[in-house]
Amino acid sequence: MSGGTYYVPATSRWPVLGSVALGIMMFGIGMQLVYDASSVIMLVGLVGILSVMGFWFRDVVRESRGGLYDTQMDRSFRWGMGWFIFSEVMFFAAFFGALFYIRTFAVPWLGGEGEKGVSALLWPDFVPQWPLMNPPGDAVVGPRGTFSPWQLPLVNTLILVTSSITLTVAHEALKEGHRKVCRNWLTGTVLLGLCFILIQGLEYYEAYAHYGITLEAGIFGATFFILTGFHGVHVIVGTIILAVILVRVHQGHFAKENHFAFEAASWYWHFVDVVWIGLFIFVYVI
Amino acid sequence: MAPKLPPTHPLEHSVTTVAGSQAPAHHAPPRGILRWLLTTNHKEIGSLYLIFSLIMFFIGGIFALVIRAELFQPGLQLVNPEFFNQMTTMHGLIMVFAAVMPAFTGLANWMIPLQIGAPDMALPRLNNFSFWLLPVAFTLLLSTLFMPGGGPNFGWTFYAPLSTTYAPPSTTFFILALHIAGISSILGAINIIATILNMRAPGMRMMDMPLFVWTWLITAFLLIAVMPVLAGVITMMLMDINFGTSFFSAAGGGDPVLFQHLFWFFGHPEVYIMILPAFGIVSVIIPTFARKPLFGYPSMVYATASIALLSFMVWAHHMFVVGLPLAAELFFMYSTMLIAVPTGVKIFNWITTLFRGSISFESPMLFSLAFVVLFTIGGFSGLMLAISPADFQYHDTYFVVAHFHYVLVPGAVFAIMAAAYYWLPKWTGHYPNERLAQWHFWLSVIGVNLTFFPMHFAGLAGMPRRIPDYALQFADFNMLSSIGAFLFGFSQLLFVLVVVLCVRGGKKAPAQAWEGAWDLEWTVPSPAPLHTFETPPDFKRPTL
Amino acid sequence: MRSLWRWIVSSNVFLSTTPVHANGWNMPRGVTDVSGEIYGLHMTIFWICVVIGAVVFGAMFYSLFRYRHSKGAKAANFHEHTTVEIFWTTIPLLILVGIAVPATATLTKMYDTSEADLDVMIIGQQWRWRYEYLGEEVAFTSNMSTPRAQISGEEGFGEHYLQEVDEPLVLPINRKIRFLMTSDDVIHSWWVPELAVKQDTIPGFINENWVNINEPGVYRGQCAELCGIDHGFMPIVVHAMEEAEFDEWMLERKEAMEQEALGVDREWEMQELMARGETVFESICASCHQSEGQGAPPAFPALAGNERLIEDLEWHAQTVIDGVSGTAMPSFRNTLNPVELASVVTYTRNAWGNDTGDSVQPGDIAKRIAE
Repeated sequence: MSGGTYYVPATSRWPVLGSVALGIMMFGIGMQLVYDASSVIMLVGLVGILSVMGFWFRDVVRESRGGLYDTQMDRSFRWGMGWFIFSEVMFFAAFFGALFYIRTFAVPWLGGEGEKGVSALLWPDFVPQWPLMNPPGDAVVGPRGTFSPWQLPLVNTLILVTSSITLTVAHEALKEGHRKVCRNWLTGTVLLGLCFILIQGLEYYEAYAHYGITLEAGIFGATFFILTGFHGVHVIVGTIILAVILVRVHQGHFAKENHFAFEAASWYWHFVDVVWIGLFIFVYVI
Repeated sequence: MAPKLPPTHPLEHSVTTVAGSQAPAHHAPPRGILRWLLTTNHKEIGSLYLIFSLIMFFIGGIFALVIRAELFQPGLQLVNPEFFNQMTTMHGLIMVFAAVMPAFTGLANWMIPLQIGAPDMALPRLNNFSFWLLPVAFTLLLSTLFMPGGGPNFGWTFYAPLSTTYAPPSTTFFILALHIAGISSILGAINIIATILNMRAPGMRMMDMPLFVWTWLITAFLLIAVMPVLAGVITMMLMDINFGTSFFSAAGGGDPVLFQHLFWFFGHPEVYIMILPAFGIVSVIIPTFARKPLFGYPSMVYATASIALLSFMVWAHHMFVVGLPLAAELFFMYSTMLIAVPTGVKIFNWITTLFRGSISFESPMLFSLAFVVLFTIGGFSGLMLAISPADFQYHDTYFVVAHFHYVLVPGAVFAIMAAAYYWLPKWTGHYPNERLAQWHFWLSVIGVNLTFFPMHFAGLAGMPRRIPDYALQFADFNMLSSIGAFLFGFSQLLFVLVVVLCVRGGKKAPAQAWEGAWDLEWTVPSPAPLHTFETPPDFKRPTL
Repeated sequence: MRSLWRWIVSSNVFLSTTPVHANGWNMPRGVTDVSGEIYGLHMTIFWICVVIGAVVFGAMFYSLFRYRHSKGAKAANFHEHTTVEIFWTTIPLLILVGIAVPATATLTKMYDTSEADLDVMIIGQQWRWRYEYLGEEVAFTSNMSTPRAQISGEEGFGEHYLQEVDEPLVLPINRKIRFLMTSDDVIHSWWVPELAVKQDTIPGFINENWVNINEPGVYRGQCAELCGIDHGFMPIVVHAMEEAEFDEWMLERKEAMEQEALGVDREWEMQELMARGETVFESICASCHQSEGQGAPPAFPALAGNERLIEDLEWHAQTVIDGVSGTAMPSFRNTLNPVELASVVTYTRNAWGNDTGDSVQPGDIAKRIAE
C-alpha cells in the first residue's frame, strides 16, 4: 500500500480516439464483408488504432521514465496484464472446447455412434473419422490430405519452445545488468518469432494449394484455421511487442529491478507458446 | 443518475502529490464536452456509465413497450412479425449489454474506490476507454435496425443457424458491435479486479471489504472468464456467415447445438454477472436501514463465490429440450438444483439481518426489501425450471419469461434503483425527494408484478415465448401484462424526475447521509469532491 | 406483498381442482403416464416453494413489522451463529435430494424410446410440420389453417385461432409411438402440452422422444423455438384415435397416396392443375410469397410479374424442386409429390397476371426428380 503517491493522469485523449477508431474499423470490416465495399474505411480505423496505441504507450513510457509510477502502480500493471492473459486463455478455450465437442460428440453422432447415433439416418453414406475427410453433406468437399505433425508443425514447435528459452535468457541477462547479452538474445527471440510466422504462412499455402484444407472444407478446415489462425495473429502481435521492447532495450530503457514492460511482453510470449503446445497436440498429433 | 458536477479546482486540487514538471496540477481541466471525453476520473466516468445506461434503459424499454402493445390483444395490429422479432431481439440485447451491465459498472466506478479508500481506479485511462467503447458499440448495434433487411431478428440468444445461414445481412454488424461491447466489459472488469486487489486502504483486509466490493470482485472474475468465450462463439458465427466454415452446420460435420453450448457457457455466468452486484448492493443497504451489522458476512462471501463457481457447471440447463444425452441431462439438473443452497443462504442472511434490527423504510430500503421478496419468487420459479422433466413443459414458454424478468427487473433493476437512491446524497450532496421516490417505488412494484406475474400462468397454460400473436386462451393474461408494462414503463419517468431534482437541489446531505451507514464512502463530504482519498485513509475495523 | 402471496396460493388451490383438459392457468395434467408424472413433479415442487415462501416471507414481514425504528425498536448487535447457518444450508440440501429422486426416475422413463410400435418422423420446416410414418409409406405436411384475414383482423377469430391445421398428425392410443425429430432448415421445437412432449428439431441431427396416449382426443400445441418470421404461426394438432379407427385411417391414407402416385402417369388438364396448384400455393408458398404472389422483398421475392420466372420454365421448375441454397427457399423435392409440384409451378406461371399460358405435367416433374 502506498502513501498517496499513486499516479492518476489528469486527462487523456487517446482512449476516446481509440474507441472511435475501433468503431470505424469494425464498421469498415462490416461494409467490406456485407457490401463488398473497399477496405479503405477499415484501414483508416486500423491506422487510427495503431496510432492511438503508439501515442498511448509513449505517454506511459514517459510517465514511467519520469518516475511518476510507484510500486503500487507496478502491481496494478501486473494484475492488469495477468488478468488480460487469463481472458486470452478463455478465448482460446472456446475454440478448443469446440474442437473437443466436435470430435467427441458431433462427428460420431452423425456417423451413427453414441447416444444420438440415430442421426445417421439422415446421412446414410457418412463414415465418422478424424481428421474429417468426407463431410456428411454432398455439397461440402473435404480435404484431400492432412499434414504430418512431424514435419513443419514439429519444426514450428521447436522454434517456439526455443524462443521461450532465448527470451528467458534475455530476461535473466537484463536482471543481471548484462544489457548487451539481453539485446542479443532478445534479437534471437524476435527472429525466431519471424521464422514461425513464415513457416506458418508456408503451411497455409500448402494447405490451400496441395491438401485442399480450406475454410470451406468442412469442420476440419474450420477448426484448423480458427485455432491456428488466431494463434498466428497472437504470434504476430507478440513479435511486434518484442520488437518494440528490443528497440527500448537499445535506447537504454529498463532498470535491472524495474522493467515490467519487458516482463509483460515475456508473459505474453510464454502464453502464446503454451497455446501452441496445446495446438500441436490436439490439432496436429492426436 | 447525473451527479451534481463536482467542483473543479484547477489549482488547489492537484491530481497527484508527485513532484515534477509533469504533474498535471498545472493544467486547467478541460471544460464542456471535452471534460467528459477525456476524463480519467472514476466519479466522472461512473456518471457517464450511469447516464448511458439510463438512456439505454429507456430505449430498451420502448422496444419492450412495442412488444407489449402488439401483444395487448390477439391478432396483428401494430407491427409485422418481422419487426416484432427485431424488437424482442433488440430489447434483450440492449437491456442486458447496454442497460444492466453498464449500470453496475457505473456504480462500481463511483463506489468501489470510495468504499476501499482508493484515490481512483487502478488504471484510469483504460477506464475511460472502457466507457467510450460502449456508445460506439451500441450506435453500431442500433444502426442495424435501419439497414436493408432489418436488424437482428433471432432473439438475444441468437441460436444458429437462424442467426447464421438464415440471418439478415446486418448480422455481421451485430457481431462486430458485440465484439466492441465485449472488449469494453473485459477491460472494465480487469480494471475493477486490479483496483480491488491492489488499491485497498492500508489495514483493509479482503474480509473487511463491503459486500458490494466483494460481489463485484467475483463478478469481474466471471466477466473476464466468459466474455472471451462469447467473443469466440460470435467469431465462429462470423466465419460461418462470411467465410463458408461449417461450425454450426451438420453438412460439414459441425453442430448447431455446439453454438448453444458455447453461448450458454458464456450466458449462464452472464446471468450472475447481472445479479451478483445486486446482491452486494442489497447486502450494503439492508444493514444500514436495519441499523444492525450484516448477518453472516463470511457466509455471504462464500455463498457468492460458490454461486460463481457453480455458474460454470450449469449452462446446459438452458438446453434441456435440445436433445442432450441422459447423463448430461441429469448432471446439469443436479448442479442447477445445488445453486438453490448458496442462494438460500443469502436470503436467510438478509432476513436474519432484519430480525431484531431497528428498521426504517426510506426509498433505498423499500427497493431492497422488494428485491428480496421478488427475487426470491424468481428463485422459486428457477428451482422449478431446474427440474429437468418439468422443464420439458416450461421450456421456451412465458413461464421462463416470467422467471428471468422476476430476477432481472425487480432483481437487478430494483437493486440499481436502490443503489441510486442510497448513493445520490453522496453523488449530489442532496437527498432525493422522498415523497416522489416512494411514488416511484409503489408504482414500480405494482407495475412489475402486474406485468410479469400473469406471465407465469400464460406459460403454464401453453404460450410459447417470442410469438407476435397468440391463441385466444392467453388473451386475458397478455392484456394484464401489457397494462402493467405501460404502468411500469411510465413510472420510470418519475425516477428521472427525482434524479434531476436531486442534482439541482434538495435537502442538504451531511457526509454520513444515513444514520446506520458506516462504510468508508460516508467519511468523505457530500457531494464527494472530484478527488478523494489522495492520501489513503487509515482503515479502522469497526468493533462488533 | 403478503396479500399478493395469498392470491397466488388461493388461485392455485383453485387450479388443482380444474378439469384435466381445461387450458386454464396451470400446466395440464395431460393424457400420457409421463405427462401425469411431470404434472405431479410440478405441483410437488410448487407446494414446496409455497411452504418455504410462507416461512421465509412470514419471518421477514414479522421482523419488518415488529422491529420498526418508528416504534422505537433498538437494534441488537449479533451477526453470526454457526449452528443456524449449518442448519439452513443442510435442510435445503435434503429437500433438493428429495426432489431429485423422483425427477431422476421420470427423466429416465422419458429417455427410454425402446420397443416402440410405430415410428413417426417429425420434420420442422419454415413454417410447417411434416410427418412421415416410417415403414408405412404415408407422409404429409401440416400447415396452419387459420385464414390470414383473421390474423389481420378483417374476420373474427375462430374457436381454435392459430391452433388449427389442415392435416393433423393422427396417432393411435395405447400404442408406444417413437418420434424421430429433425429439421430441414433452422431449429424448431415440437410441443404439445397435453402429451408433455417438447423436443427441439435440430437440422442435420435426429432427436428421439415418445408417447403412449391414454385417451382419444384432439390435442393442440405449437412450435416453441423461435424459427423466423412465422414462428408464431406453426401450430401442431394431434388427433389421437382408437386403435381400430387409426388402422382404418392408415389404410385410407395409403390408398390415397397410391391414387396420387397414379396421377403421374396421365395427362392433366390446365384447369385441374390450376385448381390443385392454388391449394398447394395457399398452404405451402403463401406464407412467404404472399397470397397475391407479391412477396415480401428482399427476403421473399415477388412471383407476380417476376421476369425470370415468366421467361424460364426450366429454371422455375428446378428452383421449386431444389430450392435456393443460402436463402429461405427450401427444396420441395421430398416435401411435395410430382402432382403437387407440377400444379404449383403451373399455377404460379398463370396466376396474378403472369399468364404465360404454359404448363408442366406431373410426369415431367417425376422425370426431373428421378434425374
